[in-house]
Amino acid sequence: MSEHKTVRFIITRQDTPDASPYTEEFNIPHRENMNVISALMEIRRNPVTADGKESAPVVWDMNCLEEVCGACSMIINGKPQQSCTALIDQLEQPIRLEPMKTFPVVRDLVVDRSRMFDSLKKVKAWIPIDGTYDLGPGPRMAENKRQWAYELSKCMTCGVCLEACPNVNDKSDFIGPAPVSQVRLFNAHPTGEMNREERLNALMGEGGLQNCGNSQNCVESCPKGIPLTTSIAALNRDMTLQSFKNFFGSDNL
Amino acid sequence: MPQNKEFFNRRLHSLLGVIPVGVFLIQHFIINHFAVYGASSFNAAAHFMESLPFRYALEVFVIFLPLLYHAIYGLYIAFLGRSNTRQYGYFRNVMFLLQRISGVFLVIFIAWHVWETRIAAAFGADVNYDMMADILSSPFMLVFYIAGVLAATFHFANGLWSFAVSWGLTVTPRSQKIMTYVSIGVFLVLSFIGIRAIIAFLDPALANM
Repeated sequence: MSEHKTVRFIITRQDTPDASPYTEEFNIPHRENMNVISALMEIRRNPVTADGKESAPVVWDMNCLEEVCGACSMIINGKPQQSCTALIDQLEQPIRLEPMKTFPVVRDLVVDRSRMFDSLKKVKAWIPIDGTYDLGPGPRMAENKRQWAYELSKCMTCGVCLEACPNVNDKSDFIGPAPVSQVRLFNAHPTGEMNREERLNALMGEGGLQNCGNSQNCVESCPKGIPLTTSIAALNRDMTLQSFKNFFGSDNL
Repeated sequence: MPQNKEFFNRRLHSLLGVIPVGVFLIQHFIINHFAVYGASSFNAAAHFMESLPFRYALEVFVIFLPLLYHAIYGLYIAFLGRSNTRQYGYFRNVMFLLQRISGVFLVIFIAWHVWETRIAAAFGADVNYDMMADILSSPFMLVFYIAGVLAATFHFANGLWSFAVSWGLTVTPRSQKIMTYVSIGVFLVLSFIGIRAIIAFLDPALANM
């Protein structure tokens, strides 16, 4: 039964970063439990469009195939999500695939998410432990806090929250929701806390969290269910207090 | 703090929207509401406000400068965003768009409103019940003023919600939800006061009271 079924795709393609995009349609045979990636692999095997024209294989990015790396994000039927966990049987046909618009397109569905990694560098989303000698074990983290922090650590820098944010676009340099939540994660860590002020001051810099317009699309769109708007409001509070400290002064470093 | 200029500008914009612009909005609406008790009542209240000591200083520092900053920086913010409510039709995203639409409309409405009343007063016109009754006798201006009042109450009520998030007062989803109900209440109450005052300027019986 299923071998007679086909899946119809309308894919937005772009040959080079500067080329203008165009769409191509593909019909591929349906298989049980197909996801968007296995469908793209099918197109790669036989890159012939729906009207019988030979085409180049569609290019996309992927890595883990289990929704933890974030590399295969794309817009599927208007919704940014990971193509590895987008199951064909749950999608309305024709299935429309587009690259995420917030990021520069490298080719077809591959985008360059460098701005997200640059933002993580900007807000120092790490715990500095390197030194010239062994500092010994760090302070213990309470188990309930570890469980709480684990939810924030699920962020895979996939870019869906930036794609959904109306204030992240080519006109603004807003760093977007993902790095904000990472500041909250590393500020909560007992060793990471030692660089708390550095991160807060970075987050208050140009393009920082103050650019948030509270549309709250990020928390609705996050595939990992990270409480992004709670992180944003919590960091807004920290930034408020930090700005008072910076201006009025405080010995409570 | 030159590196935190954007942070300072944004927070100043958020603060000025509530204090003093929001507080002035409430005060303005309460004075307007005197029209419900008749022309002489409204004229007495308007005259009292006009005769406050340090009137020009109050107007400049409590109204004009904060309002101008909020309006101009707000326009800049509004045009930095790219609304995407068609793809993401969530409640807060629609509020995000309406906040910007109402804000841009208010810049136009308030500019016209100030021209017609305060600047006219500077050129010698008397701001009183009859002036407003005259303006609102035109059906177009009536609709324009009702739209202006509703845009202002919406923008203020929704702005209060954003203010609470932007300053980190409401962090949890629950507190933000309750703040949504509070902002809806503020919107309804202020809209009632504002619209009731407009209707009072249409009533010929009140004009002679």
